[in-house]
Amino acid sequence: MNKNAMMCTQRVLFWVLIVLPVKSLLAWEVSGYGGIESLGFWESPLENQQQRHYLSGVIEAEFYHEWDNGRESLVFVPFFRWSEHDGRRTHFDIRELNWLKVADYWELRVGIRKEFWGVTESQHLVDIINQTDRVENSDTEDKLGQPMINLALIDSQGGTLDLFLLTGFREAVFPGVQGRLRFSPRVNTEQAHYDSKGFERHLAVAARYVRSVDQWDFALSFFHGTSRTPRFLRTKNNNGDDQFTAYYEQINQAGLELQLTDENWLWKLESIVREGQGQTYFAGTGGLEYTWFNVFSSGADFGVLVEYMYDSRGFNAPVFYQDDIMAGFRLTLNDIQSSELLAGMIIDRRRRTQSYSIEASRRLGDSWKMALELRVLTQVAESDFSYSLRKDDQLRFELSYHF
Amino acid sequence: MIKQLLFITVFWMLSNAASAIEAINPRGLEIITEVDRRDTGFGDVQMDMVMILRNKSGAESLRSLSMKTLEIIGDGDKSLTIFDRPRDIKGTAFLSFTHPLTADEQWLYLPALKRVKRISSSNKSGPFLGSEYAFEDLTSFEIPKFSYRFIRAESYQERPCFVLEFIPQYRYSGYTREQVWIDSERYIPVKIDYYDRKDALLKTLIYQGYQQYLKQFWRADGMVMTNHQTGKSTELINKNYQFQQGLGGRDFDRNTLKRAR
Repeated sequence: MNKNAMMCTQRVLFWVLIVLPVKSLLAWEVSGYGGIESLGFWESPLENQQQRHYLSGVIEAEFYHEWDNGRESLVFVPFFRWSEHDGRRTHFDIRELNWLKVADYWELRVGIRKEFWGVTESQHLVDIINQTDRVENSDTEDKLGQPMINLALIDSQGGTLDLFLLTGFREAVFPGVQGRLRFSPRVNTEQAHYDSKGFERHLAVAARYVRSVDQWDFALSFFHGTSRTPRFLRTKNNNGDDQFTAYYEQINQAGLELQLTDENWLWKLESIVREGQGQTYFAGTGGLEYTWFNVFSSGADFGVLVEYMYDSRGFNAPVFYQDDIMAGFRLTLNDIQSSELLAGMIIDRRRRTQSYSIEASRRLGDSWKMALELRVLTQVAESDFSYSLRKDDQLRFELSYHF
Repeated sequence: MIKQLLFITVFWMLSNAASAIEAINPRGLEIITEVDRRDTGFGDVQMDMVMILRNKSGAESLRSLSMKTLEIIGDGDKSLTIFDRPRDIKGTAFLSFTHPLTADEQWLYLPALKRVKRISSSNKSGPFLGSEYAFEDLTSFEIPKFSYRFIRAESYQERPCFVLEFIPQYRYSGYTREQVWIDSERYIPVKIDYYDRKDALLKTLIYQGYQQYLKQFWRADGMVMTNHQTGKSTELINKNYQFQQGLGGRDFDRNTLKRAR
């Protein structure tokens, strides 16, 4: 845990301790989960400090209290993961700690929150408010809590204009020397570079207007501030060894989200224009999902997904996907155990790098859940952004208890 | 093209046939219009539900959820369903705007990802939360969704009833028809037989413990759905009915969906 995070944590705990006793503890609703995880890699690692198998444990709890008929509430969600071998992956985070106030035409949300934007499945281009928790899961769906003031203005047509003042920048955390799924050489997290200092580094502003009109759902968004995703500079450390340094620049990003829901079809589009990281660029993800419901009266749903990912910086774009196609299917059994399976592949159209993934989950009894994830990368071209991960095919198993 | 024309022609003939039946036998529509009229004006209602899923050997699994409904005169109702148990889906919420003739609008909120997802409303016949209830069994009732035929009058559990046949007029239904017993004094459904696409008896729903609220609106304390083909059943227990709490459109929007409890 770095010093910044530590200070932030202390500040937060201070407020929690002040606020918690104000309301009777009995009135707090507690829920959450705890789990154990086995993360295994069957190929030998690129670097000999890296391991073949990592055992880890996780706990996340939610403390919730509401009053004034639910028009005001407080929520606190601490998160902790312990991991064998990789000290960077052992991390504590406050996913949420915020106060919410609801009125007829607006909502005010103040504190640490998570905000998701987007419609596509293969990647989330438009989503920008929170920093990705890069040590939690390589699917990049996990996010670090972001301090903010968010005012939502709601019009009579059901459209919402969300205004954000993001106070405090969260630097990305990367796996440690002993961790897998990292760059090689590794990212030196002790010395990130920034475009800006002080307030400018830490403050960001964002706005999003989202609305549904009949079959259409759309959103337009804008972000100005320090980029959540850094560029990586190749540098030398004090010993003269190669390393990567994360470089965070000031960016402007405009985003579009669009979904057409037409019977069994979902048509999806996300695109962004970003300036500030070298040349201004455009990126987009577009595709469809078609679902057969209650197949052969079995109760199960079967859906196919196809999406195309594009980045105007082309071949040398510092991202995994710049001219890639994703194809996959989703099987939802709708049984008592909520069994689900999602399988997909992504092919780089020019380099032919392929990645495959299978995610399956099932409830056991009322409170337990098991999840299995398999990720395989093949024919990784040396020029590919994912080249460092070429030996990191993984099988992840998690058993969790929900309370 | 020819196939489409043929389809349209057949559809036209069928719908004419249906209205012809209604023209000869208008009593079904009259009865259901009275059922609808007596339940109009509830404004808004909220309640808690417990679902007990039972398999053939009697093993049970519990679901608990709560539901809010807003009556929209002249269009379909709006509803918000919030899941509480099992715990791994706690906070998941489902928002639905029903429409009598066009496709319903539906959104699902996934709390772990903080993601609001617009979903297809074509899923009518699939099971709700792994139970014996299909989505179409739980959506708000709108007259144009079915055509109606009066079959006979008979008593059910010592109460006089009308027996009606409902034929779904919306697409993707899992039923060819439903046979509905309607209490002819209180104008409320007391039993429904569902017939599958092959016209075989699939399920029976029995309403239990009706209570009257605000001296007008009848609501059942319990509903048991039994699947005759699999031997499974789902008991639904409805609790804490609260009418006219002043809910409005704002209680059924994307922002509310994200913080619903």
